[in-house]
Amino acid sequence: MRVPIHKQGSYLIASIQAALTDADLLQLQDDLSSKVGHYRSRGAIVDVTALDVMDSFAVRTLRSIAHMLRLRGAETVIVGIQPEVAFAMVQLGLTLEDVATALDLEEGLAYLYELTKKSGHKNG
Amino acid sequence: MDETINVTIKSDTDIVLAREQGRALAEKLGFTQIEMTVIATAISEIARNIIEHANSGEIILCEHHNGVRHGIQIIATDQGPGIPDVNKAMQDDYSTGKGLGLGLPGSKRLMDEFDIQSTVGGGTVVVMRKWKYT
Ligand SMILES: Nc1ncnc2c1ncn2[C@@H]1O[C@H](COP(=O)(O)OP(=O)(O)O)[C@@H](O)[C@H]1O
Ligand SMILES: [Mg+2]
Repeated sequence: MRVPIHKQGSYLIASIQAALTDADLLQLQDDLSSKVGHYRSRGAIVDVTALDVMDSFAVRTLRSIAHMLRLRGAETVIVGIQPEVAFAMVQLGLTLEDVATALDLEEGLAYLYELTKKSGHKNG
Repeated sequence: MDETINVTIKSDTDIVLAREQGRALAEKLGFTQIEMTVIATAISEIARNIIEHANSGEIILCEHHNGVRHGIQIIATDQGPGIPDVNKAMQDDYSTGKGLGLGLPGSKRLMDEFDIQSTVGGGTVVVMRKWKYT
């Protein structure tokens, strides 16, 4: 299932709706990369609230999304990792490394706003 | 009779299917929410190894009793190339591909029992169990 991405001001919000296959995750990576260029976005939020499992492939792909978007001039925040999912990730040994995370969409937006306001771009 | 669920693993969609079936069985067996997620995550890694390293195989899910305890058993089998050095493969960060090298050691941490048998040229069998404590 393709992840819907919508634009909110100078940010993009990708809201995962259901379990994702590897192909879906790679599609999300492609879509975010092209949309960041198209809208000249300064930040992207990936909402993973609906994911009931984050395995090594999901984590690797989210990390590569964040690194790739940074090269395109946008910051990424992962929001909504569920407590059980976080527990399993830690046991597995998975980390998001230097990728920013926030509790929910609201916190994620606040984080991006703080991070990008200094650069002089107006949100909206 | 205890039910057995067989999931053929031959594409990335089967990885999702296997972990959803595993979660459903774990729920039926009365595991907690957190245990269900732990079980589904281990299944995802082991199913992923079949796709990434052996091309295709099978996951067999069933209830398991040992006289004292009961829980869930997951068997993953494939007729892929096998693993030349299982001890190395069980180490954190060891990968012969472009993976993170956490699938096998991480799944062992997630589950209560973990056994792997592999023959070069013959394939790999992983047996994992999680017991119910509540
Ligand atoms: N089913 C399998 N068939 C063949 N080789 C495997 C299989 N599962 C794991 N391996 C080998 O063990 C290594 C470690 O596996 P794992 O810990 O899951 O890390 P990763 O899959 O990220 O490489 C793999 O890189 C691969 O060489
Ligand atoms: Mg693996």
